Amino acid sequence: MSDIEVENITKKFGAFTAVDAVSFNVAHGEIFGLLGPNGAGKSTLIRMLTTLIEPTSGTARVNGYDVRESPNEVRECIGVIPQAMTSDLELSARENLLIFAKLYGVPRERRKHMIQDLLEAVELADWGDHPVKNLSGGMRRRLEIARGLVHEPKIFFLDEPTTGLDPVSRVAVWEMLVKLKGQRDLTILMTTHYMDEADRLCDRIAIVDHGKLVVLDSPLKLKASVPGNTVVEVSFGPAPESWAGTVKSLPGVEDVTAQDHVFRIASNNGPVTTTQLLEAAQRAGVTVASLSVQSTTLDDVFVHYTGSQLRDAVQSTGYDVSVFYQKR
Amino acid sequence: MNRILALVERDLRRFRRSPTLIIVSLIFPIVQLVVLGYAFGGKLRDLRVGVVDQDHAIQAVKLRELFNAIHANARTFETVEYTDRQQALRDLRDGRINGVLNIPPEFSRRVLAKDDPQVALVEDNTDNFVSATLEGAITGLVADFDQAKPASRVPTQATLSVVEIYPYVPYVQYFLAGSIVMSIFITAMIGGGIIFIDDKARGLHEGYLVTPVTKFELIMGFNLGGVIKAVLAGTVLMLVGIPIAGIPHGFAPGRLGLMFLMIVATSLALISMMFLLMVRVSDPLVPRSIFGVLNTLLFFPSGAVYPPSGFPGWMKAIAVADPFTYAVHAFKSLLLKGTGITAISGDLTFLLIFATVMMTAATLLFRRTL
Repeated sequence: MSDIEVENITKKFGAFTAVDAVSFNVAHGEIFGLLGPNGAGKSTLIRMLTTLIEPTSGTARVNGYDVRESPNEVRECIGVIPQAMTSDLELSARENLLIFAKLYGVPRERRKHMIQDLLEAVELADWGDHPVKNLSGGMRRRLEIARGLVHEPKIFFLDEPTTGLDPVSRVAVWEMLVKLKGQRDLTILMTTHYMDEADRLCDRIAIVDHGKLVVLDSPLKLKASVPGNTVVEVSFGPAPESWAGTVKSLPGVEDVTAQDHVFRIASNNGPVTTTQLLEAAQRAGVTVASLSVQSTTLDDVFVHYTGSQLRDAVQSTGYDVSVFYQKR
Repeated sequence: MNRILALVERDLRRFRRSPTLIIVSLIFPIVQLVVLGYAFGGKLRDLRVGVVDQDHAIQAVKLRELFNAIHANARTFETVEYTDRQQALRDLRDGRINGVLNIPPEFSRRVLAKDDPQVALVEDNTDNFVSATLEGAITGLVADFDQAKPASRVPTQATLSVVEIYPYVPYVQYFLAGSIVMSIFITAMIGGGIIFIDDKARGLHEGYLVTPVTKFELIMGFNLGGVIKAVLAGTVLMLVGIPIAGIPHGFAPGRLGLMFLMIVATSLALISMMFLLMVRVSDPLVPRSIFGVLNTLLFFPSGAVYPPSGFPGWMKAIAVADPFTYAVHAFKSLLLKGTGITAISGDLTFLLIFATVMMTAATLLFRRTL
C-alpha cells in the first residue's frame, strides 16, 4: 500500500478549477515532488491532502485514511510545513516546539528530550531560547521543519520549503531535509517551483500546470524523455531566410525552436552539432552573437511537456551550463 | 483539555512577552476616566453676565447686590455693568459675555406696587451647558429676591424636602463603571479581534488547523486566552480606578469579589461577541475599521456617559441589547451604591446568557478549514 493515494482529485473555486482530476501514488519512504509554477495548483493539492480544504470531487488517502472521512486520523500521522512562516514570532524556538508538542498530545515525559533532539537536528540548539523574531529566514524555516516533526509523523508535507530564502539558506534546508530523511522513517511530499530543488531532492517528480498533472517520473527519466541530451542556445546576427532549415539539417539536431534571432537547438551530440553550427555560420556569413551549451534540465522537461517556460521560476539556479564559445 | 490549555498557554506567553496589549487597553480608559470624569464633573464658574440697569432705584440695587454676592461666593458668574443695552447685546453676540440681564425702567416701582415686576435674561443658547447654568443660577437668585420678606408663621405653600440616600457622587465616580467596561472592550477588540485576524492572515492558524486539535478545542482555547487577558485588564483598571475616582470604601472585600465576578462575566460576553463578529473575517483591515463604530455603538447608549432615560427610542432599543448596558449598570450599583448580589443578578444573568448565545453562534459558524 502506498503512503499517499490520490485519485482524480479535483478542487473548484466557483467556475475556476484549481486542481483538475489529478491522480498519483507516493510510496513509503519516497520523496515526491510536485513541480510547477505559482498558481499551478500545487498548494491547493497539498492543502487537500493535509485536510485544510475539502476536495470538490475525487478521493485521497493518507496513510490509509481518507482525507474527507477521517481527517483527524490523517492529522495525527502527518507533519505539515505550510508555505507561509507560521511560527509565533513572540515565542522562543523552544516554546514554539513545546506548544505544538502539546497540541499533538506528545506525552510530558518525552517532550523535553524530543524538543532538544529536534533543535539539535536542525542546528538550532544554541538558539532555542531566542524569540523567533530574532532568527533569520533560514533558521525560521529550519525551526518549522523541526515543528512539523515534533510528534514523529510518518508522512511529511512541505509546501515550497525554500521560497524566499537566500541560496545559502536554501542549501542548508536541503541538507537538513536529506539528513532528517536519513534518520527517520519518513515519506515526504513537497511542492516547489525550483527546478534544482526538485532535481536534487526528489525521487519522483510530478509536473503540474494549470491544475493538471502533466507528467510524472524520476528526474533522470524525465530528462531522458526530452529529445536531445544537450541544448545549444545561440543568438545570431542577421541571417538569410533559409538559415533555420540549415540549422535543422546539422548533424545530431533533434529539435529547433526559434524566436527572433535566438535558436534553441536540442541535440543528441552537443560537441559535433556546435562545431558544425559554427562552421555553417562562417560559411553563410552569419554572425554568432552568443552561444551556450547545457545539459537537459527539468526546465527543458517542463518546456517540452507544457510548451512554455516555467513561469515565475526565474530564480532557478544550478544549470549545468558551459559557455565555451562566445563571439563578439 | 490539554490542547485547550496549550492554546491558552501560547496566548499568555505571547502576552507576557509583549505587554503592549495590556498597556494600550488600560491607558485609553484611564485617560478617558481622568479627563472626561473631571471635565464633565466640575461646576461652571466665572461666566460673565452683563447687567443693564435702566431703573437705578432701590429694588434694582438690591437685585444687583445679590448678583455681586454670587460673584463673591459661588463664583458662578461675575457681572459687567453696561449703560448701553445695545452695546451689551453686541458683546453677547461677539462672545465677550455669556448673558445680559436687563433691569427695565420702573422695576422698583412695580416691585413695591406688586405690579408684575420683571427682569429679562438674554442668553447665548448655542452652549446649552452655559445657558442652563445661567438660567438656573439667576432663577434661584430672583426667587431669593422675591422671598426677601418675612415668612409667614404657618407655611401656606407645599414645599419639597429632598433627602439624598447616598453621598454626593462626582462625575468621575459615575464614569468609572464605563471605564472598566471600556478596558475590557479594548482588550477584546485588540486581543480577540485585531490580533486574532492578524494571526489568521499571517498563517498562524494554518499551523493549528493541521494538528489534531478539534473545532471545540480551538474555539475554547482562543476564547479562554482572550477572557483571561480581558479579566486582567478589567481588574487592573478597577484597582487603579477606585483610588483615582475616590470611591468610598472601594476596596471592601465583598465589593471587590462581586466586581471581579462582573468583570469575568463582562469579559466572557465581550470576547464571545468579538469572536462571533470575527469568525468569518480574514481581512486584517476589518477589525480596525469597525473598532470605532463598535466603540460608539456600544459605549454611549449603555449609560456609561449619560443616563439612558434621556435617549431617543432607537437608542434605547440599542441599549436593551447592548451588553455594555448591563455591565455598566452592575458596576455602578456596586461602586456607587455598594449593593449586593441581588441588585446585579439580572445583569449577571443577561451577560452569561448573552455569552452563551454568542459562543454557540460562533461555534456553528467557525470553519475548521481554510
